Amino acid sequence: MQQLTRRQMLALGSGAAVITMLPVAPILAAGSEFEMRVKKFAGTAMIREGGIELDLPEIAENGNTVPMSVSVGSPMTKADHVQQVMVLAEGNPLPGVITFNFSHMSGSAEASTRMRLAKTQNVVAVARMSDGSVRMVKSVVKVTIGGCGG
Amino acid sequence: MAKSKPRIKVPKKAAKGDVITLKTLISHKMESGQRKDKKGEKIPRQIINKFTCEFNGATVFSCDIEPAVSANPYLQFTAKIEESGEFQFTWTADNGDVFKKSQKITVA
Repeated sequence: MQQLTRRQMLALGSGAAVITMLPVAPILAAGSEFEMRVKKFAGTAMIREGGIELDLPEIAENGNTVPMSVSVGSPMTKADHVQQVMVLAEGNPLPGVITFNFSHMSGSAEASTRMRLAKTQNVVAVARMSDGSVRMVKSVVKVTIGGCGG
Repeated sequence: MAKSKPRIKVPKKAAKGDVITLKTLISHKMESGQRKDKKGEKIPRQIINKFTCEFNGATVFSCDIEPAVSANPYLQFTAKIEESGEFQFTWTADNGDVFKKSQKITVA
């Protein structure tokens, strides 16, 4: 068996170091700000999965303009309506996308816009109802060309 | 900066109790603050950060916009019509620019 030279050993070592470092850094960076936003929005309420529809393309060819619409089933009366829906993109440099503020005069809790996505990632919508309960939904979008410039 | 031109699509007539769909579009480059110029310096953020829709003085719908919303922000939402009146749409930009547009609707 051929003995490894000192040079090869170093190359191997640094490669291994890069591999172990990589997965940790981005998750922490995205998680902290993103999680903070969700926590701040939900407050002390329990977050329930589902109950919101988040309509996004499965594959977005151009991350500069990705159509997005949210709708929350609600009677939208004075006593029982959706107050706010916040949309976050986990993998963007800044996770915040848009916050919709509805009222009982909205008629329905539905809104659409177009957003930028830097890369393939999870998009999350969190809704707060007038009784204080919080709902959340997550959806993956594959992005071919990122939309945040260089 | 190019002048921002707001455009809206609102039905002129509705029946009492109808839930109508409103569509708005405003031309704006929505500079995200993430891009760099040729010298490698960050281009400062310049976006529309707030949109409100009022009906006869009461806020029906509003949103807080962040840099991840595309250039020429498009918004679609709904409103329940109980009486004739006027919609007032307002867009506010980072630099304090305010763009307004309004339209009347009649309940038949």
